[in-house]
Amino acid sequence: MLGYVLRRVASMVPILLGTTFLIFVAVYALPGDPIRTLAGPTRVISPSVQAALRERYHLDEPLWLQYWLYLSGALRGDLGIDLRGAEVSELVSRAWPYTLALGLTAWALTAIIGVTLGTLAGMRSGGPTDWFVLGTTTLIVGVPYFVIAYVAQIVVGVKLGWLPASGVRHGWPASYILPALCLAMFGVPELARLTRASILANRSADFVDTAIAKGLRPRVITIRHILRNSLIPTVSMLGLSLGYMLSGTVLIEGIFNIPGLGFVVFNGISQQNGPVVVGVSTLLVLVFLVINLLVDLVYGLLDPRISLARQR
Amino acid sequence: MPDSDKSIVDAPGAARSASDQAGGRPAVGPLGADQAWVAEAVPGAVDLPTAVPRGALRGLLRRPRVLFPAGVVAMVLLIAAFPALFAGWFGHGDPRECNLRSSGQGPQPGHPFGFDIQGCDLYANVVYGTRSSVSIGLLVTGGCVIVAVVLGSLAAYYRGFVDTLVSRTMDIFFGFPALVGQVVILNTLQRRDPFVVSAVLIFFFWPGFTRLMRGSALSTVDLDYVKAASGVGASPLRVIVRHVLPNSIAPIMVLTSLSVGAMITAESALTFLGVGLRTPSISWGVQLNLAQDQFRTHLHLLLFPSLFLTITVLAFVLLGDALRDALDPRMR
Repeated sequence: MLGYVLRRVASMVPILLGTTFLIFVAVYALPGDPIRTLAGPTRVISPSVQAALRERYHLDEPLWLQYWLYLSGALRGDLGIDLRGAEVSELVSRAWPYTLALGLTAWALTAIIGVTLGTLAGMRSGGPTDWFVLGTTTLIVGVPYFVIAYVAQIVVGVKLGWLPASGVRHGWPASYILPALCLAMFGVPELARLTRASILANRSADFVDTAIAKGLRPRVITIRHILRNSLIPTVSMLGLSLGYMLSGTVLIEGIFNIPGLGFVVFNGISQQNGPVVVGVSTLLVLVFLVINLLVDLVYGLLDPRISLARQR
Repeated sequence: MPDSDKSIVDAPGAARSASDQAGGRPAVGPLGADQAWVAEAVPGAVDLPTAVPRGALRGLLRRPRVLFPAGVVAMVLLIAAFPALFAGWFGHGDPRECNLRSSGQGPQPGHPFGFDIQGCDLYANVVYGTRSSVSIGLLVTGGCVIVAVVLGSLAAYYRGFVDTLVSRTMDIFFGFPALVGQVVILNTLQRRDPFVVSAVLIFFFWPGFTRLMRGSALSTVDLDYVKAASGVGASPLRVIVRHVLPNSIAPIMVLTSLSVGAMITAESALTFLGVGLRTPSISWGVQLNLAQDQFRTHLHLLLFPSLFLTITVLAFVLLGDALRDALDPRMR
């Protein structure tokens, strides 16, 4: 087990290097001058100030050296200083509680809604409930998620006034319910369909017949026997959907004005604030990889038949 | 007949494709953030019949679940190809003929969707917007399929170093919040026409397709007829093109319709964020981006472009869904 974890962690290293380098190249090697953007289109900076700024942010060094400086800093927990002179790690520490609250709320909603819908549809396959669930999930996949977010914001937040339309002034949960629901729409369709398919596959298994023959109550059979055995693919999907949510936060936080990581990254991008973009994206990638690792580990624990040691 | 193909998979091949999807979670492998729909689209895609049965398409069109979205898709394609035919139905059909006096006015006779902030007819704009959205959807899907078919079949045929290179590169993309990457790259580019946006989308979405193609090709390259073709001295190119490809391309083809829908969404999301297409390009994303500041006062600006966007994406997704169900016997 320990060997497997170590090997998995080791295999994450090249991926992490590759992704951070990709981000790094995208931010620093492509056309566009961060110092000019910093100055704004109209103000003029004297060449000497420009040169000093360039030197301070190592923009005059070759790309590989910049990358190395960044990497060695990041390993020591130092994400560098952004172009306005703020510590990137400070920006991150201010922003992550919002993203964490949003992400975990959305994740819990995904799990509850997805598993419930999937179980209902799977247990009553072919009936109206099943059609309803299949129809709604298709609709959610088909309607672009930012349209969902906007419509929810306008209808629930502005017209009906049931929940705050934007910002985080009302704290958790009021301010987070609407954005979290929209974010949950990333994962609900997949999760519901996966659970449904998995329930369908297990419903006709021998152990269910045994349970029926023993005279167990239908509810016990559904929850203890069918659902529990169907949750394995669901759990791994659930873990991965936390990953998609990281990506979705950029849009959802923008629409609902939540000052989290996605918001910070997006502002950093539009201001060509390289250190912020690289720092926060690296963090997002790291979280993403760790989640994937955890999913694999939990997966092995849930189903002892899957021997982790035999996986590649 | 695809099922009988399966039964003659020889032992080493079967073992390899099984270990390839180690842990029994093939459908939900470590796909990248925005590639989830690929996994959702074709669960356990490697087990799909890998060739499209003959005559299947004709029978398909008789099913209402296929026929209805196919009709909508055909209509959308027609609008995208000849917007001028549709734009003039109610008033003047010129999306660029604007009059600031009518800025932001709601629906009225001759202008069923009203006017945008610049005083341009919104109906004509929405109709013309179809072209850029649909052409980006088709371009990106086409590009991804081409990359996937080439890289996927090469990786599966040569294995070893080629496979390692392709697979590790894909892993990098899968460990990556794709939307962030797209925004970063697009933001640094000066020119952002449909081709540039498509290229960036292809750059981030090819791994999902390639993974699928590689898996499906891997289960084909060990089949007896492929070995027989190599055995009688056919060149690798001929073996891949004539024998491997036709028998492993079905899963990715099933994905194309779903993908067009997903890519249209991706493009409009990027444009909506302000890093995709820009004015003077006419696109739904641009219209939504401009509308987002005014939605409290001019709701119609947000309503009509999103309505067209939704109907289009939904039609492609429903068509893809129906095709997948029809072509994947395990789902019936």
